[in-house]
Amino acid sequence: MSLDGCGAPQQGVDIQVGANEVVLTGKVRSEGAPVGGAFVRLLDASGEFTAEVVSSADGDFRFFAAPGQWTIRALHRSGNGQASVNADGPGVHPVEVAVA
Amino acid sequence: MSREDVLVSAAWSEENLTTPGVVFVEVDEDTTAYDGGHIPGAVKIDWKNELQDPVRRDFVDREGFEKLLSAKGIANDDTVILYGGNNNWFAAYAYWYFKLYGHDTVKLLDGGRKKWELDGRPLDKEQVERPATEYKAQEQNLAIRAFRDEVVDAIGNKNLVDVRSPDEFSGKLLAPAHLPQEQAQRAGHIPSAINVPWSKAANEDGTFKSNEELAEIYGEAGFDGSRKTIAYCRIGERSSHTWFALHELLGHEDVKNYDGSWTEYGSLVGVPVELGSGKEG
Repeated sequence: MSLDGCGAPQQGVDIQVGANEVVLTGKVRSEGAPVGGAFVRLLDASGEFTAEVVSSADGDFRFFAAPGQWTIRALHRSGNGQASVNADGPGVHPVEVAVA
Repeated sequence: MSREDVLVSAAWSEENLTTPGVVFVEVDEDTTAYDGGHIPGAVKIDWKNELQDPVRRDFVDREGFEKLLSAKGIANDDTVILYGGNNNWFAAYAYWYFKLYGHDTVKLLDGGRKKWELDGRPLDKEQVERPATEYKAQEQNLAIRAFRDEVVDAIGNKNLVDVRSPDEFSGKLLAPAHLPQEQAQRAGHIPSAINVPWSKAANEDGTFKSNEELAEIYGEAGFDGSRKTIAYCRIGERSSHTWFALHELLGHEDVKNYDGSWTEYGSLVGVPVELGSGKEG
């Protein structure tokens, strides 16, 4: 993974999570099936845009955030959807987003 | 300058895919997106391997830019339409390069790949070959590029527009939230900078907001239209997006992009750094 770049890295690849990192991760699904190529947006507690990635072929996405309340919003040509996640501290916080 | 001189819609683009003298160019940091399907007829430019100097932290020089565009089959009188992923960050960066090296007619595809894909417009995997040209570039137009000393001198007297996310601005994060955070330089922002995240200039589908909306957003954040302006982010690509909004869409005359951005400034010895939201004092 490139660290001097700023583009979104490939999603769905195993990573080492640092002890203090807050990771929000999960899948985008439509009627239960994973949706690849969705634009997944991380919004903070005030609804402000924070980051965006494209879901992997298996629907995976991942953000490195800070503790707090987050909304994850997915856009796809088949539909949009969103989900909330409360990250109370460091670690991996799973979240699923359904688009329709 | 009107919006039509610098931006084209996805609909216009789809109608002009084979128009002679119009060249579509996809620009990305990770070119696997292009390889997996691109706008029919578009050539690709790899932001990292083709636009950056492989050794020094700088761009390809004038000669390198000429060589690159000649090999891509882009002529001086072509209308170049740039697009890419990440809400056109790298396409906006490339747009700024094309302007830096004096290309006449270059435009951004409004919304980039995202809008194109959300619209369900065609992508293909055809190999694109264009006959080589003899492209001639100008000397860099430094009226749109800021260097570090100029940025330090601008504290308190020019608009310094920090376009990173609020958490990067305040010093809580060192990189955008889709990247790991293990970096060594200091966190925070340049004193007197206002924080207007690049994303404020874009709609959810990646298209730019209207000029009226843009003027309101920057005005509310404390942007002073009578002052000169320097925009920065972490490595200079998100600030190219904002440079485009301020200089090309809103028509502010003296706007520079500081491509060294926070990865340079936050590692300089002895320069002032401010933490927090910056609005208290």
